[in-house]
Amino acid sequence: MTRELQDRVDEVPPVVAPPAPPTGTPSEGRADASPAPSSDAPAGRDEASAAPDLLGVQSMPMGKAINAGLRKALADDPKVLLMGEDIGPLGGVFRVTEGLHAEFGDDRVIDSPLAESGIVGTAIGLAMRGYRPVLEIQFDGFVFPAFDQITTQLGRQNLRHDGRMPMPVVIRIPYGGHIGSIEHHQESPEAYFTHTPGLRVVSPSSPHDAYWMIQEAIASNDPVIFFEPKSRYWPKGPVDLDHAGIDLHASRVMRRGTDVTVVGHGAMVATLLQAADIAEQEGRSLEVVDLRSLSPIDYGPLVDSVQRTGRLVVAQEAQGFTSLGSEVAATIAERCFYSLEAPVLRVSSFDTPFPPAALEADFLPSPDRVLEAVDRALAY
Amino acid sequence: MVQILTPDGVIAPSAEAEPYLALVEGLDDATLETFYRDMVRSRRVDVVGANLQRQGQLALWVPSNGQEAAQVGSAHAARPQDHVFPAYREHVVGMIRGLDPVRIMALLRGATLGGWDPAETGNFHLYTLVLASQTLHATGYAMGLRFDGLVGTGDPETDTAVLVYFGDGSTSQGDANEALVFAASFETPEVFFIQNNHWAISVPVERQSRVPLSRRGHGFGMPGIRIDGNDVLASYAVTRTAMEQARGGEGPSLIEALTYRMGAHTTADDPTKYRPEGELESWIARDPISRYRTWLEGRGASAAFFEEALSDADDFAADVRRRTLELQAPSRPAIFEHVYAEPHPLMAQQADWLERYEAGFEGGAA
Ligand SMILES: Cc1ncc(C[n+]2csc(CCOP(=O)(O)OP(=O)(O)O)c2C)c(N)n1
Ligand SMILES: [Mg+2]
Repeated sequence: MTRELQDRVDEVPPVVAPPAPPTGTPSEGRADASPAPSSDAPAGRDEASAAPDLLGVQSMPMGKAINAGLRKALADDPKVLLMGEDIGPLGGVFRVTEGLHAEFGDDRVIDSPLAESGIVGTAIGLAMRGYRPVLEIQFDGFVFPAFDQITTQLGRQNLRHDGRMPMPVVIRIPYGGHIGSIEHHQESPEAYFTHTPGLRVVSPSSPHDAYWMIQEAIASNDPVIFFEPKSRYWPKGPVDLDHAGIDLHASRVMRRGTDVTVVGHGAMVATLLQAADIAEQEGRSLEVVDLRSLSPIDYGPLVDSVQRTGRLVVAQEAQGFTSLGSEVAATIAERCFYSLEAPVLRVSSFDTPFPPAALEADFLPSPDRVLEAVDRALAY
Repeated sequence: MVQILTPDGVIAPSAEAEPYLALVEGLDDATLETFYRDMVRSRRVDVVGANLQRQGQLALWVPSNGQEAAQVGSAHAARPQDHVFPAYREHVVGMIRGLDPVRIMALLRGATLGGWDPAETGNFHLYTLVLASQTLHATGYAMGLRFDGLVGTGDPETDTAVLVYFGDGSTSQGDANEALVFAASFETPEVFFIQNNHWAISVPVERQSRVPLSRRGHGFGMPGIRIDGNDVLASYAVTRTAMEQARGGEGPSLIEALTYRMGAHTTADDPTKYRPEGELESWIARDPISRYRTWLEGRGASAAFFEEALSDADDFAADVRRRTLELQAPSRPAIFEHVYAEPHPLMAQQADWLERYEAGFEGGAA
């Protein structure tokens, strides 16, 4: 039941994005769509011949991709350090930091005391000292003890110091449902953070993006909340180790279509691609957009898409009321008013706590729930 | 309790003060006079701040009268390379580290959210209004010092420690407790300095703790020392010792300085609503400045010295007042500046929108 999406390993979309569409509203810092991974690059090279830009394309799951990205960041910059609960010898409860403690030692991969506010609060002090802390919050539902330090301190230090105290802190948060787990282990709390000024919020949907985005997040001089869709930790996908493709804050068209645009992020992207497959069999063409960055949002590709399709369905695992999806819907309504053939529709979970796992399939938006909204959009 | 100078202004060390006496005996006249000058300056700035608030020039003033000895003594215990993380009442600590108090006025006048750059104020960090948040920042900073190898080298110019201030009420916050856990666990070079001024706004310290707060140190695995916070000599000597131990790699410690907030919590507060009768008077009898003055007089300090210290404080405070009145409001685009360290589309769009919106009124409005 709960592994429905994980079983769809083979349906993970290719790294390669289609050619960049003309951007309707160019936004800052957006790079062009990902270049194709060089198919002639050998997948595994020996040490001697491994030039840094010739590592090729490898297939790996997202958890391993983040691990590889963390390893690279630790190796490249002695100021990068990891801190969190059980991330040392155990490698984290999801094993995302596996092997890093053995490789980089106690001072770089730190098992913290069991206190989330302490983790974030001391990371602020470490950043003041010139470190680039990468923190792991064990589960989505356990970030709240740190919420105060994140919102009242982390997101404001640079402003309060007139630009002289950047906070290059990354907070990794495994999030989202589909894993059949107990209370506080399946939540999607993105909106609390996107609502907070001073933070950047991103969420990869594929191993390739995860590998590059974690490194870009670590390189950012602003605090980045890095949401890792935990149901996507295990499916494998291609990772182009040579080319990031696009900017940390760029959104991306994952699949071309003509009838309705559907947009989401994180694990929802897989659901949307699945919905697009089903729709295709029914003769409908969905364009799928992956937001990738939740704050700021790169609206260019989305606006361009909606201007062509005239219809938008916004999908998210989070509760819908005052959510990120609401923000996207409102913005697209403003920017694409004359192109829209139907109101922007939202597909969310329900405005209740995440239910017992036995009911999660009823709670989380499925491809069918997305298609129900697509039908409604087309009915206008 | 470590007490060296009694409320009557005589040196009569308590038993616990024994280890610190040599340090006090080593203080030269110039240093002893500086302690006095700083305490008097602090009290004068306090009057200026309160007046400015009454005159509508500040949104709020946070008085520190009564706490001068705790603050001045501990501040002088830090070396130039040390880092100091204040709460929001440690004005004279900042002044001793090199902070222009007009920066504090700017903060309380609503002209800035921060006000200074610690790199330019003797490593005196920004005020933090969310109680006890700074204890974690201080601890993280101290962890960094340790990772950087700036502890226990034996070189007095290299070894560095962190001094963090918080109040009795703030000791109940989770962050304060988490900071003590992290500090003990990572053996940070750090001194936790609690100013127990007996009140958290209107709530007495008994609501925060039924045992001396200094005992909390032991529970977390570090020394906890209670001092007479109105004794500038005890404050100096005990903090100095703890900071040296921290720099030397012996780990963190906690100091509870017993003192009293003789004024209101802030200018928005009315302490007559909650203070028991006679309490203020009993603490006036233990005033940190007058006891120290009595002692200095007994040592032979001249009337001219005290006059000069007072007029210096008056001049200093008058200058702070004059320059506070000259403070300019920040310009409108400051709303959007530095919210992010790197370019951000929303900041650019909204700054641009506000600019155009305001420009729309220019010339048009009569
Ligand atoms: C987290 C938080 N809760 C409440 C307040 C409001 N507040 C400001 S000062 C204060 C009392 C603090 O008492 P204490 O720590 O003893 O410091 P003092 O003001 O006595 O120096 C309160 C409740 C706050 N600033 N932060
Ligand atoms: Mg108090």
